[in-house]
Amino acid sequence: MELGLKLPPEDEAFRQEVRAFVAANLPDDIRRRVEEGKTLGKGDHVTWQKILYRQGWIAPHWPVEHGGSDMSPLRRFILQEELAAQPTPRIIPFGLHMVAPVIIAFGSDAQKETYLPRILASDDWWCQGYSEPGSGSDLASLKTRAVRDGDHYVVNGQKTWTTWAQHADMMFCLVRTDPEAKQQEGISFLLIDMTSPGVEVRPITTIDGGQEINEVFLTDVRVPLENRVGEENKGWTYAKFLLAHERTNVAEVGRSRRWLRELEKLAREENMLDDPVFRQKIIETEIELAALESMVLRVLADQSQGRQVGPEASLLKIKGTEIQQALTELMVEALGPYALPHTPEALDDRWNEEPLRPGHPAHVTPLYFNWRKASIYGGSNEIQKNIIAKAVFGF
Amino acid sequence: MELTFTDEQILLRESADRFLERDYGFDKRQRIAASEGGTDPAVWQQFAELGWLALPIGEENMGLGGSMVDLALLMEAFGRGLVVEPYLSSVVLGAGLIEAAGTKDQKDYFLPQIANGDLKIAVAMAEPESRYDLHRIATTARRAGDDWQLNGKKGVVLDAPGADKLIVPARTAGSNGGRGGITLFLFDRNSEGVILTSSATGDGRRAAEIEFSNVTVGAGAVLGTVDDGLAHLDLIADRACIALAAEAAGAMTVLIDATRDYLGAREQFGGAIGRFQVLQHRLVDMFAEKEMAWSMVLRAAASFPDSSSDERAMLASAAKARAGKAGAFVGQQAVQLHGGIGMTAELPVGHYFKRLTLIDATLGNVAYHQQRFAALKDEAPV
Repeated sequence: MELGLKLPPEDEAFRQEVRAFVAANLPDDIRRRVEEGKTLGKGDHVTWQKILYRQGWIAPHWPVEHGGSDMSPLRRFILQEELAAQPTPRIIPFGLHMVAPVIIAFGSDAQKETYLPRILASDDWWCQGYSEPGSGSDLASLKTRAVRDGDHYVVNGQKTWTTWAQHADMMFCLVRTDPEAKQQEGISFLLIDMTSPGVEVRPITTIDGGQEINEVFLTDVRVPLENRVGEENKGWTYAKFLLAHERTNVAEVGRSRRWLRELEKLAREENMLDDPVFRQKIIETEIELAALESMVLRVLADQSQGRQVGPEASLLKIKGTEIQQALTELMVEALGPYALPHTPEALDDRWNEEPLRPGHPAHVTPLYFNWRKASIYGGSNEIQKNIIAKAVFGF
Repeated sequence: MELTFTDEQILLRESADRFLERDYGFDKRQRIAASEGGTDPAVWQQFAELGWLALPIGEENMGLGGSMVDLALLMEAFGRGLVVEPYLSSVVLGAGLIEAAGTKDQKDYFLPQIANGDLKIAVAMAEPESRYDLHRIATTARRAGDDWQLNGKKGVVLDAPGADKLIVPARTAGSNGGRGGITLFLFDRNSEGVILTSSATGDGRRAAEIEFSNVTVGAGAVLGTVDDGLAHLDLIADRACIALAAEAAGAMTVLIDATRDYLGAREQFGGAIGRFQVLQHRLVDMFAEKEMAWSMVLRAAASFPDSSSDERAMLASAAKARAGKAGAFVGQQAVQLHGGIGMTAELPVGHYFKRLTLIDATLGNVAYHQQRFAALKDEAPV
């Protein structure tokens, strides 16, 4: 038995509706690839996102006039977590969750008309041009320069850790427009067409063997002035707005529920579920997840009473990622000696040779290595602790 | 499950805050804990007047019909005040068991007396060899005509020295470890054959080892029905676990605030030690632990009424285990971050740490409840 969330009947009915929708509409091949931990292609994400788009569930957090919904924060949480708890591709956040709220809040009418419908329909794939080789946690020290030249900016610099830039049509990008001003006051927020001359994407291979992240080199890239969001030199404000937006989804409870079930299945197959020491570690993580879920609901309840989400979001990020990392680590422990073989070819869905052992989950050890990223990205967990120390305790 | 507080709950919290501020300062608490009985009758009377002794008792039994969330809020305040009064024993466990198991006559007779502060109960949850398993009961009760005769030992019976009556689970059928055949008996602490050895606990409370030597009680001492006690014990222990976890959250809040103040005030190397990031992050870790524990407590409390008995048990174990883990970390780190002064008996910090430690040892520690959670998961239907 799982310790499920007790929802009011009408919300429970909605959860069942989401579950039934996934069962009826998630293509079998995509479901299988997610379940088996195969590498997903761009097409898998786009196909699934378009299905959700047609259902009206792709951007429930957007205002109604732009194609969103008036769902309550709780309903949105149920939708998002129920989707993630099923074997569905992750919804790529860069367009729908990151740049779109900024465009809605600060963009021009032309930007709204141009970009929002294409984001909603997953016609454009976006990436995030924030980090630079010399600017990670200290993001405001970024050096990529944008210099005005007539009705264009000319952008020069380098972005890094850019997730799925290789698939991207557009990049939202922080650039320095005033090198004389105080760090935070000389930054602008640009929307850059990835097909522009001078944009070069080079993949970075991570420790798991995967290629999700990239370096993006920007050499004399001409960006029309109308692609700047909001005012010049106010980009930091918009970037901070983005960070504060929709932060309850950082807990990622739904996916952790799916991973917990995967861990239990793995442990059962490896006869580790009866090992009291290992079992206790699983239980500890399950209780942790139940507590996290409750913390999310507390924040949602605050939100629906009109209170701003503040440092709680940092807490959700820390605890959410700690749980994710604990789950992936326990999966590796469950595998025992079969954590050793490295068979990246088996992650490709077209690979059809005999696995090392029947049902061998080749994705588990790479997933563990890959997921060390979670406590680093989105503001490292140490940065999150700085935020809490300041906001809650005044240090 | 509803995680926002009602107006009544906010009022309850405010009245508890007022009580702590005006009537239960740390010095007074220390005096009460050091007094002969370890409790203060005037405080108990105040609890009665505030309605707290009636809070979790159902309205049909002349109580206030408070919810599990109400109870958690009150216990959280008791945790902040380090309250030593026997609320858990007399109200949560004692009145709870009478209400769950008792006959109508027993409820009508005892519950109003508990609610108005005239009657205190202690519940013998454990035996010297039972650890935390409520069904490991070797104490026997045998029929002797219309009466019952009890023999055996109970261990670490909280608040027994100050109680008027005891509730004693005894085996009336089956063998030690069986789940059936357990009967609850309610009788005077001063009954003949009750041999009580009092002891202090490390957190300023009182407990007793109790031996029952041919204690003879009438048929009316059976709380509810014969052989039927364990389900009631399980239920009430689950409620008590959530209550204790809530109390722990309150104690943690005080330690986190005290530690924050200390880091801001204590100067070393030419400035407040709160400027050191390693200490800031430790404080944040303490805060995170407390928030996780309190979130689990609220979830358990809010879900309690709509849950099956297996779910209730899982919720209670999850809350108790989570609070136990958090309490150990917060307690240890509060002492650590206070440095030498944190080791002194003069400072409240150490007393909160001790209370947190002993809350974990009460009614099942972290490991016990994690294992119980696992067992429940395996047994319960999907």
